[in-house]
Parts: sequence; structure tokens; C-alpha cells
Amino acid sequence: MIYKAIVFLPLIGFLIAGLFGRSIGAKASEYVTSGLMIVAAVLSWIVFFNVALAHGDAGEVIKVPVMRWIQSGGIDVEWAFRVDTLTAIMFVVVNTVSTLVHVYSIGYMHHDPHRPRFFAYLSLFTFAMLMLITSDNLAQMFFGWEGVGLASYLLIGFWFKRPSASAAAMKAFIVNRVGDFGFILGIAGIFVLFGSISFETIFAAAATYLPAEGAPEASQAIANIFGMTVTKSGALTVVCLLLFMGAMGKSAQFLLHTWLPDAMEGPTPVSALIHAATMVTAGVFLVARMSPLFELSPDALLFVTIIGAITAFFAATVGLVQNDIKRVIAYSTCSQLGYMFVALGVGAYGAAIFHLFTHAFFKALLFLCAGSVIHAVDGEQDMRYMGGLRPHIKTTFVMMLIGTLAITGVGIPFTSLGFAGFFSKDFIIEATYASHSPAAGFAFTLLVVAAMFTSFYSWRLMFLTFFGKPRASADVMHHVHESPQVMLIPLYILGIGAIAAGLIFKELFYGHEYDVFWKGALFTAESNELLHEFHHVPAWVALSPFIAMLIGLVTAWYFYIKSPSTPRRLAESQRILYEFLLNKWYFDEIYDFLFVRPAKALGRFLWKKGDVAVIDNYGPNGVAARVADVTNRVVKLQSGYLYHYAFAMMIGIAALVTWMMLGSSL
Amino acid sequence: MTDWPILSTVTFLPLVGVLLLLLTREDGPYGRRNILNVSLFTTVFTFIVSLFIWIGFDNSNPGFQMVEKKEWLGTGIAYHLGVDGISMLFVILTTFLMPFCVLASWESVEKRLKEYMIAFLLLEVVMIGVFVSLDIVLFYVFFEATLIPMFVIIGVWGGKDRVYASYKFFLYTLTGSVLMMLAIMAMYWQAGTTDITALLKYGFPAGMQTWLWLACFAAFSVKMPMWPVHTWLPDAHVQAPTAGSVILAGVMLKLGGYGLIRFSLSMFPLASDYFAPLVFALSVIAIIYTSLVAMMQDDIKKLIAYSSVAHMGYVTMGIFAANVQGLQGAIFQMLSHGIVSGALFLCVGVVYDRLHTREIAAYGGLVNNMPKYAVAFMVFTMANVGLPGTSGFIGEFLTIIGVFRVNTWVALFAATGVILSASYALWLYRRVIFGALEKESLKGLLDLSTREKIVLYPLIALTIFYGFYPAPIFDATAASVDLVVNNYSAALQAAQNLALNAR
Repeated sequence: MIYKAIVFLPLIGFLIAGLFGRSIGAKASEYVTSGLMIVAAVLSWIVFFNVALAHGDAGEVIKVPVMRWIQSGGIDVEWAFRVDTLTAIMFVVVNTVSTLVHVYSIGYMHHDPHRPRFFAYLSLFTFAMLMLITSDNLAQMFFGWEGVGLASYLLIGFWFKRPSASAAAMKAFIVNRVGDFGFILGIAGIFVLFGSISFETIFAAAATYLPAEGAPEASQAIANIFGMTVTKSGALTVVCLLLFMGAMGKSAQFLLHTWLPDAMEGPTPVSALIHAATMVTAGVFLVARMSPLFELSPDALLFVTIIGAITAFFAATVGLVQNDIKRVIAYSTCSQLGYMFVALGVGAYGAAIFHLFTHAFFKALLFLCAGSVIHAVDGEQDMRYMGGLRPHIKTTFVMMLIGTLAITGVGIPFTSLGFAGFFSKDFIIEATYASHSPAAGFAFTLLVVAAMFTSFYSWRLMFLTFFGKPRASADVMHHVHESPQVMLIPLYILGIGAIAAGLIFKELFYGHEYDVFWKGALFTAESNELLHEFHHVPAWVALSPFIAMLIGLVTAWYFYIKSPSTPRRLAESQRILYEFLLNKWYFDEIYDFLFVRPAKALGRFLWKKGDVAVIDNYGPNGVAARVADVTNRVVKLQSGYLYHYAFAMMIGIAALVTWMMLGSSL
Repeated sequence: MTDWPILSTVTFLPLVGVLLLLLTREDGPYGRRNILNVSLFTTVFTFIVSLFIWIGFDNSNPGFQMVEKKEWLGTGIAYHLGVDGISMLFVILTTFLMPFCVLASWESVEKRLKEYMIAFLLLEVVMIGVFVSLDIVLFYVFFEATLIPMFVIIGVWGGKDRVYASYKFFLYTLTGSVLMMLAIMAMYWQAGTTDITALLKYGFPAGMQTWLWLACFAAFSVKMPMWPVHTWLPDAHVQAPTAGSVILAGVMLKLGGYGLIRFSLSMFPLASDYFAPLVFALSVIAIIYTSLVAMMQDDIKKLIAYSSVAHMGYVTMGIFAANVQGLQGAIFQMLSHGIVSGALFLCVGVVYDRLHTREIAAYGGLVNNMPKYAVAFMVFTMANVGLPGTSGFIGEFLTIIGVFRVNTWVALFAATGVILSASYALWLYRRVIFGALEKESLKGLLDLSTREKIVLYPLIALTIFYGFYPAPIFDATAASVDLVVNNYSAALQAAQNLALNAR
């Protein structure tokens, strides 16, 4: 019952605000949706204590059936909730952040005329996200997956009058659909391999799916997928890669990342909730949930590692030079997601989820602080027109400082003191170094460099926004004001999370209490000893993220406090590199050239040349012309085509009946 | 109730409405009102009566139910009606959509309303007739007769190029039907019966199946329509009045799908197996090709028409995957598409009635003054895109799974439709609904009227209901689909055994 309540309370909020928002008014919509979310969040923490922190047997899973869904032949899918430690963690993450964002939005969206719609969408999103994380089978997960995509689409395009917002919304949906293309094929593939798409059956079958090394079946081809004749392990790799394609879309990984920065067109609370803390981590959740399959396919994991590492590095480089405060954080999200995927790829699933958990707190905090800044400077988002805001908005500054300390991973090496990001990021970097993945060295290097960049752009953001001389107009500076309490309280709560989440939970997520905590919710092969090995990395490895962080901090300080003219000089001397980064490696332009324009051109070609010039011309029009020739010559009747046709049909039927009478009498 | 000939009742009930309409006069103050009321009452009543078919339907029985049979002309041709899990729901779909057609024409049809309504009621009779016929000659008569009212509806009440459109419609379908008639003759010649139940069990020789299959395929693929014989559809839709488009997309396309299942797949399994790659290729081309073409349209109705062709690609693909998922997915996709595309055309009708243009460029920013309309259009757009939680998802999902089991390449190409459909549908939505309201001509538009709400809201409810709870449809179709699939594989197995023995 408690599980149903958690999932359906946001749905009820959505329905009330969505259907009756106009009649009950904006205030009521806000309070109803936020109130229901608070209840859901409290219940989530109760579930977290009952499920994750209680001592239970490994492999214990709570299943809550709800309703029938798709039953067709071998497919038997129902609406049901599957609750284990992984779900419980996601419950806490999603509902906590969502509740805080609901409350924050009461203040942030204060002037917007469409508040009922906004809160309805937020609750709809939360419901879809909860369906995703509680799913008991891949179809329901796909439902949640697309549901959050829909909510994201609606919220990015919330300010529908801006052409850029509706363009960004459309782009987000379509790029995500590219990933879904892989996801849906992956589901089909899993159905073919395992005869079911419900997790219970798949996981049970996966354990004994691969034949033993050297057994005759090991090299036996079992299927032909996309022209490749594959063995059992090959088939597994293919479906894992297809599923991962879905994850790449949703989590904005390299090649499918282009929608995330544009998604910042949405209101800032949306960016905090959807495009930082929850929805974009769905891909990480997917891979973690499917760990029983991924763990069996080293090739798929290798691919995950490489993509994750490239994303972490690539997004960080772009983040270095962006001027829009939200875009910097967006690229930072992209980069941090890359960290999580590297952790998944090397087999440190616990570390990945740990980073997901801590990241949700500090990234939501950063976004909401950015919102508070934007709110203070009258909607300005360009950091070049900020600066010197520290004395005016002290609380926001302190909270943002906490967020920055957390994301850059500040802490004292070799002790248990540090902000949330310190633990989770270091776990990932150390685990990557310790892993036996062929890409371990590659990923480790990129991650450390990315950590340095992260530190640089995060401090750059702080310095540009809060320090130095004010660059905004005097008029704007005159109005700069601290946000109301309704916006600040969520910041305090997230701030506590950003400070303490790492310290409190590190042993549970990826430490001594791993087994008791996870209870088998994450699957690791017997040969996967990473949990113990990563403690024994050399000291320089453990120190490297800390040093990288320091370098980034000092550089940022030098560039933006000590000598503010340096960045411009550097940008001018390295023009090409600067433009390359500023234009996000030209991905949008390349995709436009490679996909968008050819698709449009092809569409027009097929229409004008295919349908009109070939099919119609040689088909009906050609025939019609001949028919017209004949009829003009032979018949000069004035009747409409209808009578011709009815007449022809009558003759036809008459002929048929005659034929049959003759036939039967013969 | 058991002896009551319910199928005949439902089939011919609209004729009562036709009789009443013949007695009314169009001129006079209440003439118009009377005609509308009579038509609405007739169609609603027919729908309610037709629900008794579903209520009385035995889900566990895979064979034909509620059978009525009377000898006719003493030739072996019989007046033979019955429904099974495959055809039953199409009857309901037809009767369900008719009241919406009447409501959609409430104000938009200005001339010859009486004849217009008569044409629609006659169309309803023959469409139901197609689905309930169990005699191949009867089937053919009904199948062909559907063209006449539709031809009239497009030709008389259509847009400015209506003659070209109806001509095209005529030419395409005529070619197909002539071939089908030959096939029917040949089948009768070979099997000595026109009874569909008997023909289903007959088992035509392999060589003959090929020719029969091709002839039937010609007729049904035009109706579906499949690439490359689809070009009549966009023109017909564009020229047809709103209600005509609803019926065309909602029911008439399904005649082709129904025919493919009932005849091609069930009666000619060996040929179906042989030609499956061809069908797959055409389906995949349809999905990709027409989606791309849809993207570039600047006429709203044409865009939706092309998207219909793409969606029918999933249907044909699913049918010839010839497994339970493919077939049930195809049936579900047809039913869902009947509701969703019908609703989309109704949505277009809403703005067409106000502005009398279908140019996408003439619109923009409608969400500002028509928020309710924007919501309705959003729901159907998402259903068209195949978002889970709407009925559009389930058919697409099952057909892709079904075909993945048979041929992964086909599934791969078909799944690109997931991306392409989002592209054209969301782009359309963005251009019509989003943005600021800048065009002067749009500023005075009012949101949905009560009549339009009555039309669109039930369709929204159904779209979402079947997205979350499609079980009623799967329950009704399961037994019959199993039977078709089992017979199909048994026939293939038998042929294989024969080939092995001969060797």
C-alpha cells in the first residue's frame, strides 16, 4: 500500500492540477501538488529505512501487482512495482528532489500566469519517473522512460511563446527517441533470447544463460541479429548495447548529448529536477538494473566505459568556456553522468549509484542556486553580465559555495572528512584505476583531467557570478535581492545533503556494508573483486583527483580574480580551440549537415520525384490519360464517374453470378 | 436473445435511418435539424446495439459466432454472416466512429445534407457487411460497395480537386478489385464453395496459392494502402470532408488489413510464407519513405494521411510476421489507428471549420487562445507517435517484437519509425500550436465548442484507456489469433513434411 501511495500521489496531484487547475486556482494547485509530494517524500524515506537499511536476505524483492497490461502469446506484462534497495534509493532521490523543487517553484514561478499547468507537469514527471524506477519489467520501464520524456518535452517547451523553447523541446524528444530506437529493439531482443521481458525471469535465466567456458555450446551460433551470426554471449552483447543506446539518449551521453544544453530553455526548477538530478540518471539506473546482463558481457561494459569517459572529458571541455550560467551546469551534469557510466562500465555499480545519489543533491542545489541568482538579476543568465553579487545575496552565495565544494570533490585525502562529491568521485576514479577493464587506463586519465576541468569551470562560475566588479546595469544591480524563504529552505535541505550524503552513506553504497545494504539488487560476477581492490590503489592515484581539483581551483582563481584579462588574451591567442569549444565541438552543425538536412531533402525528393513524378505519373495519371483518350473517342456520355463505376460493378457481379451458376450446373 | 439475428440487425439498422431520412425534407426551418437528429440517433442506436455483439461474444471460442446462414439464389452462394475475434472488434469500431462523423458534419456540410447523411449511413451498412460476411461473394459485394458512397462523398462534398481525387481513388481500387474477382472465381472453381469457413479449411495447392495470393494482395494492398500504391490516399484525404477522412482512415483502410488476415494469411499460408519478405520490404519502405515524405508536407491533412500509410506499414509487417505478437499487434494497431487517426482528422476539422485552410503555415500559436484544443491535439499527436500510455504504443511495440522474432533487419528498419514519427508529428505540433499568436486571422478563433468537446473527449479517454488497459481487446482476439497462427504453422509444417517425404 505504501508503495502504491508513493507512486500514485504525484499522479493524483497531476490530475487535480491538470484537470481542475483553472477552477481551483494557482495557489490551490501549488499547495495540493506540493502537499502530496511532501507526503510521498516522507513515505519514501520510510521505505528507504525499511528496505535498504533493514537486514534482509540477499535477493529479497518486494513485488506489488497493480493491473494487467499487455498479454499476447508469450508476452505477459503487467503493471507492477518491484521494490528493492536500488528502487528505495531512487525513491529517496526522486521524491526528495521533486518535493523541494515543487516548493521552490512556488517562489520561483510566482509571476507566471500558467502555474497550475507547471505544477501539473512537475507532478506528471514525478509519476512517470516513479513508474520507471519501480518497474517490474522492461515494458513498464519503457513507459516511465517515455513518460519522463514527455514531461521533459512539455516542461522544456513550457514558455511556448519562445521559438527557441519549442525548438529545444522538440530536439530533446527526438534525440531521446534515437536512443529509444535502440531501447525498443533491445527489449525485442531480450524477449527473443529469454522469452520474457519481466526482470524476475530475465535475471533468473541470465545466471545460467552463458555456457561454461570451453563447452561446446559456447561457440554455437544461436541467432542471426542484423546479419551477424552470434553465439549466446554475442547475442547478449548485442542486446546490452541496444539497451545502452537508450541509456545514452536519456542520459545525454557523447553523440546523443546535444539535447541537454538546449533543454536549459525550460524554467530553472525544471533543469534542477529533470535535467540534473533525476531523469538524466535514468540511463544509469537502467544499466544498474540490468547489471545481471551487462556483467556477463565484457564487450558491452567496455563500450559503456569508453563512452562514459569520453563524455566526462568532452562535456567538461565545453563547460570551460560557456557563458550561460545554466549551460555551464548543464555540461557539468553531462560530464558527471559520464563518471557514473565509467563506474558502471568497470563494474563498480555501487559507486555509480553512489555518485548518482550524491550528485542529485549537489547538482540540484547548484541549479536551484543558479535559479536564485537569475531571479535576483532579473532573468539574466549570461555570466558576463553578473559579477559582484556576493554582498547582495549572501545566503545564495553560501549555498552555492557548498554545492561547488561538493561537486569539485573537496575533502581531506586519506580521512573520512569531505563533501559528498569527494567520496563518490574518488571511489569512481580509484575503482577505474583498479579495474581490469582494457580501457581502465584510458578512462582513468580522462576522468582525472575532467576532474581538473570540473574544478576550473565550477570555480569560474563562482568567481564570475559572485566576485569582482558588478557588470550588470546599475538598474539591475539596484534591484538585486535575496530570494524569499520558500526558495531558500529547499536550498538548506539540499545543502545538508551536499555536505553529508557522502560521509553518512559511503560504507553502505560502496564499502564494508555493501552486501547487507544492496541485498543482491546489484549483480556482480564472482570474478568482480573491485569492491576490495579499489582500496589498495597506490597513494598517488588516491591523491590525483585532489590535486586535479587544486589545479583547477588555482587556475580559476588566477584567471578570474588575480588577472581577469588573462582569459581574453588566451582566447584570442588560441582562437581556433576557443571557437571549437565555444561551439560545442560543432556537434549541432555536424548533425544538421549529416542528418537533419539530408532527411528533409530526401523527404522532399521522395515526395516530388517518387510519389508525384514516378508513381502518379506512370500509375494512375498515366492510366487515366489513356482511359480518357479511349473514353473520349468511344463514349461521349455526360454522366459522372459514379454511374460508370456502379454500372461496371453491376456487370461484374452479374458476370460473377452467371459464371457460378454455369459452374455449378456443369 | 440467442436466436435473434443480431449481426443482420446491426448491419441493416442504418437502413432504417436512411428510410426516415428519405421521408424528411431538407428545406424548412426544422429540416436540417431533423436530418441531423435522425442521423445521430440512428448511428448512436446502432452503436449501442452493436455493443451487444461484444457482450454476447464468447472470448474462448476461436471460431465464428452468432452465425446466420440462408441459401441464396440456389447456387451455393449463401447469405452467411458471423464474427470471430478478428472481425468482431472492427464491427464495433465502425459503429463507434459513425456518430462522430455525424457530429463532425453538424455545421460544416452546407449543401445536400440529406444525401450526405444517406451516403454515410449506406456506407456504414456496407462496411459492417464486409466484416461480418462469411461468404466470399457477399464479402466481395460489400467490399466493392464501400467504394460507391465514399466515391460520392469525396466527389460531391469534397474540396476543389475532388474530381481528380475520386478518379484516382477509383482507378487504384478498381484495378485491385478486378484481380480479386478473378481470384474469387478461381477459388470457387477449385474448391467448389464460396463459404469462407469451408475455404479456410480447404488448403489450396501450393502453385495455385501463389496466384491467388497475388490477386488478393493487389486488392488489399491498395486498400491498406501499401507503398507504392498509396498515392491515392493523400489526395483522397485532402479532398474529402472531415467525416469522410475519419471513415477513410478509421475504417476503410482496415478493410485491407482485415482482408490480408482473413484471406491472404489464413487461406494461402504457403504463399504468405513465400511472399513474406516482399511484404516486409514494402512495409519497411512504407514506414521510412512515407514518414520522410510526411515530414515535408505543408498541408496538415496530407501529413496525417502520409503518417497513416506509415502506420499501416506496421500492420502489414505484423500480419506477415505470422506469430501471435505480430498478429495481435497488427489488429491492435488497426483499432488504435482507427481511433487516433480519426481523432486527428477531427482535430484538423476543428481548425478547418474556423479558418478554411489546411496550410500549416497559416497557423501558429493556437495554444494561446485554444488551450483545450491544444491539449486534445497533444494527446492524439503523442498517440500517433506511439508514446506508451496511449493506445498507439501497444500495436507498434508488439509488431516490432513480433517481427524481430522473424527477421531482425525488418525490426531494425521499422524501429526507425519511432524516430521519424516523432520528427514529423512534433514538428507539425510546434508549427501549428506553439509559438506566439501573431497572425491576425487567428486572433479571433474560439476554443472548442460543446459539440467539439463531445466529439474529442471520449476519443481522448479511449486512447488513454486502451494505452493502460488493452486487455479487453487482447482477450477478445486471443483465441482466434491463436487459431490462425496454429493453422498457419501447421500448413507450413505439412508442406515441409511433404517435401521431405518426396525427396
